Amino acid sequence: MSPSLLLTLTWVLPLVSAGILMAFPAGSNQAVKRFALAANAANLVLITWLSVAFLQDHPHAPPGSTESVLAFAADYAWFPAWHIHYHVGVDAISMSMMFLAGVVVFCGTLASWGIGERSKEFFVLLQILAAGVFGSFISFDLFAFFVFNELTLIPTYLLIGMFGSGRKEFAAMKLNLMLMGGSALILLGILGLYFESGIRSFDIVELSRIHFDKGFQMWAFPALFLGFGILGNLFPFHIWSPDGHASAPTAISMFLAGVHMKLGSYGCLRIAMYLLPEGCRPWMDVFMVLAAGGVVWGAFVAVKQKDLKYMNAYSSVSHCGLVFLGLAFLNLVGLRGAVMQMLAHGFITAAVFCLIGMIYGRTHTRLIPEMSGLMARMPFLAVSFIIAGFAALGLPGLAGFAAELNIFLGGFTAGSPLATVCSALAVLSIVVTAIYVLRAANGILHGPPNAAAAGVSDATLIEKIPLVILLACIIALGIFPGPIVALLDEALLPILNNLNR
Amino acid sequence: MGDSTVIGPLGENMGLIGYGILAFPLLSFLINGLWLGRKSPRASAWTAAALMGLTLALAVLLANAYRGIVLANPGAFPARAALLWEHTWMSFGLGTDSVLAAKAGFLLDPISVMMVFVISCISFLVHVYSIGYMHDDKSAGRFFPLLSFFTFAMLGMVVSGNLIQTFFFWELVGVASYLLIGFWYAKPSAVAASKKAFILTRLADAFFLIGMLVVGISAGGFGFDRLNSPEAAAALNHTVGAGFLTFNLLTVGTLGIYMGAWGKSAMFPFHVWLPDAMEGPTPVSSLIHSATMVVAGVFLTARLFPLFSAAAHTLRVVECTGAFTAVFAAAIACTQTDLKRILAFSTLSQLGLMMFALGTGAGAYPASMFHIFTHAFFKCLLFLSAGVVIHAIHSNDVRDAGGMRKALPRTYWATLIAVLAISGIWPFSGFFSKEEILHAAFASGHYGAFLAGLCTSGLTAFYMSRYFFLVFHGTRGFHGAYAGSAAAGAAGHGGKDPDAHAHPVREGLLMTLPILILAVPSALIGYFSKGFFMRAVLPSGSGTAEAGGEALAHGGAAWLPAVATVLALTGVAVSWYWYGMKKNGPAFPNGKAPAWYRILSNKFYIDELYLFLAKRVGARLVAAPAAWVERRIVNGAFDWVTGAIKRMAFVQSLAQSGQVQLYIAVALLGLYLLSRFAGLAF
Repeated sequence: MSPSLLLTLTWVLPLVSAGILMAFPAGSNQAVKRFALAANAANLVLITWLSVAFLQDHPHAPPGSTESVLAFAADYAWFPAWHIHYHVGVDAISMSMMFLAGVVVFCGTLASWGIGERSKEFFVLLQILAAGVFGSFISFDLFAFFVFNELTLIPTYLLIGMFGSGRKEFAAMKLNLMLMGGSALILLGILGLYFESGIRSFDIVELSRIHFDKGFQMWAFPALFLGFGILGNLFPFHIWSPDGHASAPTAISMFLAGVHMKLGSYGCLRIAMYLLPEGCRPWMDVFMVLAAGGVVWGAFVAVKQKDLKYMNAYSSVSHCGLVFLGLAFLNLVGLRGAVMQMLAHGFITAAVFCLIGMIYGRTHTRLIPEMSGLMARMPFLAVSFIIAGFAALGLPGLAGFAAELNIFLGGFTAGSPLATVCSALAVLSIVVTAIYVLRAANGILHGPPNAAAAGVSDATLIEKIPLVILLACIIALGIFPGPIVALLDEALLPILNNLNR
Repeated sequence: MGDSTVIGPLGENMGLIGYGILAFPLLSFLINGLWLGRKSPRASAWTAAALMGLTLALAVLLANAYRGIVLANPGAFPARAALLWEHTWMSFGLGTDSVLAAKAGFLLDPISVMMVFVISCISFLVHVYSIGYMHDDKSAGRFFPLLSFFTFAMLGMVVSGNLIQTFFFWELVGVASYLLIGFWYAKPSAVAASKKAFILTRLADAFFLIGMLVVGISAGGFGFDRLNSPEAAAALNHTVGAGFLTFNLLTVGTLGIYMGAWGKSAMFPFHVWLPDAMEGPTPVSSLIHSATMVVAGVFLTARLFPLFSAAAHTLRVVECTGAFTAVFAAAIACTQTDLKRILAFSTLSQLGLMMFALGTGAGAYPASMFHIFTHAFFKCLLFLSAGVVIHAIHSNDVRDAGGMRKALPRTYWATLIAVLAISGIWPFSGFFSKEEILHAAFASGHYGAFLAGLCTSGLTAFYMSRYFFLVFHGTRGFHGAYAGSAAAGAAGHGGKDPDAHAHPVREGLLMTLPILILAVPSALIGYFSKGFFMRAVLPSGSGTAEAGGEALAHGGAAWLPAVATVLALTGVAVSWYWYGMKKNGPAFPNGKAPAWYRILSNKFYIDELYLFLAKRVGARLVAAPAAWVERRIVNGAFDWVTGAIKRMAFVQSLAQSGQVQLYIAVALLGLYLLSRFAGLAF
């Protein structure tokens, strides 16, 4: 099979497996889980194979080019009358996002091994959600991108509403309303691009050649950026995410925070910034301030959270703020820092949500003050929690630092006083990150064991696998960022060249 | 990664030695941490010590080879600094033409070689000592990998040739110390101490990161060869900003970097984490205080000395923080009752000496490095011997000790040597390095710092001999008699050492051997290495070498050693008068300690001030309001909007009542309005 067909298979496989899962008889929990795991493992193998193939050989954009060059590209007319194409392909940015998504889906499946009732519905919805995300990351046609993106919303709503905890109906409703609002803005922007372009095209690469009217760009850019920004957790439109992520079941929290939100920042970069450079430049200072606000705000609010999931959700607000901050600096180092941070945050937050789920499964509480002394009872989980926590606070040698260093450097080289102040604020906020991470780690793991620690056992083999994979990714990204960064640069340069056109 | 290997004038094998020095501690961490530590703590302990022994052997080879190079190139200063190898870790720009890059390298120069030797030597001895110390501890399997990791991080820091590498390992040193200070994690005080150490140094490191980026970007590179060049200082030395908000980039950048050193070396007011760090096992304290962690700050300042010396304001800050901390910590040490806290404050005070020496200028640079060197040995000895005493009496409190001279004779003699060394008594090692610092401070004309140094010498002799008399003289528990009176409010309530088990007082061979070995350099190394430091250890970078030589040439007042010795002897004498044979300290009227004594024993209430700032200001004034606004206002906006939509829907639903009369009435009203205002004709 040709690689482009394999690329399409990455979203067909989850979708087909969802269809097959529906046909499973009710009550066959074990079979459902095994099948879902097999499907997601196959997909991870497929994506890893594609990533390796991409590493070995991929087309390079000529220097100074403003057009993204895609590997494994395929282009079929889907609805020719309206110039809607099924145009897929990957560059280094989407390839790395695909890898992240593949890893997190696989790990999430293993982390959901404890799901008992209605596991069929759970995995059917998870597979549809995954299909939507995989499809979005490879789409280079705005219409297809939008369709795939919308495909993720309904399973998200149902998964949180059915399988969540706490105020799950409210959280699901809030999340969906906010994301729908974002989608409305995105749709507005996409239709604007389609009609204003004069070529009636949804193709991202074709649209990047068009110099849109400045007046159009001035409203279309903020609409698109904000629409994607809501999905990507941009302050102060982040309010859906803490409730949504805290209420969602473990695998869904991992997937939503780790991968789904990245669709937002990915869209900001790939669509809003790439296609509307003249609108982007004047607006970016506004978004820079919002991003820096999110970094600081999320960190301070996280300090006061008692619920581990809420703490991690606000930590995500802070870390996603760093992604937007990197984007807002509009230079190569900042952009690559943003993409690195998307990867780093994806792995880290997935690991933390995974751990929180496992800890909750043992202690039946997520409240930091109710736990103490878990270290002695579950050393493997505790050490994993500490590594993930240190990655979140940006310890060198782990993924977070490699990303943050680029973002901060991008800010200091951007040259504008605002960028300098924003990045200095972001650097200082990492101290607050240290406070909430250590507060949580010390609070639940250290100290004398209390009632919540009674009868707690360490991770089983099935629980260890996702943690080992996620932590290995965090460590690899932290120790060897050089090659990854060089790859990302290749994909970022056309976007940057277009921004500076 | 592998590219651009820079081979110095040393040949291929030296590069391998460099890899080995870093690889063995890392290997020890990985083997013991992932596997051996859980299988067999005993085997893990011996493996770790053996690997550290190999590291030490390589460090000795390296130092010896380097000594040969220095001797062979007497005048040629740049030849003395060479990169054994260097790999690009991450480049901040496109491809190879980028000047901004983070590199991982192994830099050979006088201070890195000196530090590699000190770290591997001290670490090896501490590893050996720990085999005995952690013998009965169930968590020994977790201890040795962390100890090796700590060593690895510090070694990576000192051999770095690039500021980003320094920062990288700097943070790893921080996290290793966090894990080791909180090693007995079931003890709330240990957990709190580790958190305090990490967060305070992290706060300082945030400024370090900002300073590093400012300096690196403006100077056009993060390599020390670039940063320490006169061009870098010139490129940085310009003012940015407008109106009243103007900064000199050189001052801002170097101050930011110095903030990192400030926090790591626990200079006032960042010092509060260091005494609490005593909660860790004693071998860890010994390592933190002598060769790793705290000297990192002094080392960083020395590493960037040529850049710092171009920034007069920064150098002034270095001098003032150092001089103040030296006296401040020495004064506090005089009243503490916790064995390890006395030593901790003495470390603070000695670090202050090293720091202000750097602040006084290039002339004191060799003296400062010399003092790092001698201090490492006698401070390590003091901590290790304190560990023996703690093991013996199951308490950290000097008042529970007393009369240990008979029970622990070998420890007694070794400690005596170290106390004489730190007090600056001739011919012990501390005398030479301290004298050099005072000489250089006097010669540079910084008389304030010089007086602070003299004052510190006197106080050091006083509190160290007080410590010595209280612990080793008198009779066991004798001093407990006054426990209730003078130090009633003292924070140094000696908690029981949790690893202390009921076994008789003994001096195990594994624990005493490192102490006895350390007694040799504590006594002699000052005399024998003085010449090397004064001749070879000069600030890197062109130009300053000559300046250093000049400063040394005209320094040296003949009366200085005499004055310093008299001061030190006075300190010992006062201490003997108050705490010597069967005495309990100064007699206060009414048996109640006066205010100055209480202020000192409460460490000027700085910890309380921090607590106030963190709990009242940080948590109540910032984080809590932020959480409230997030809940009520930001999320409230969503609730308000959805609520408003619901209410609007309710109002609309009133119209859908099913009453045909109402529908007809509304329709007629609509028709009327249309005809009236829209001009619709019927």
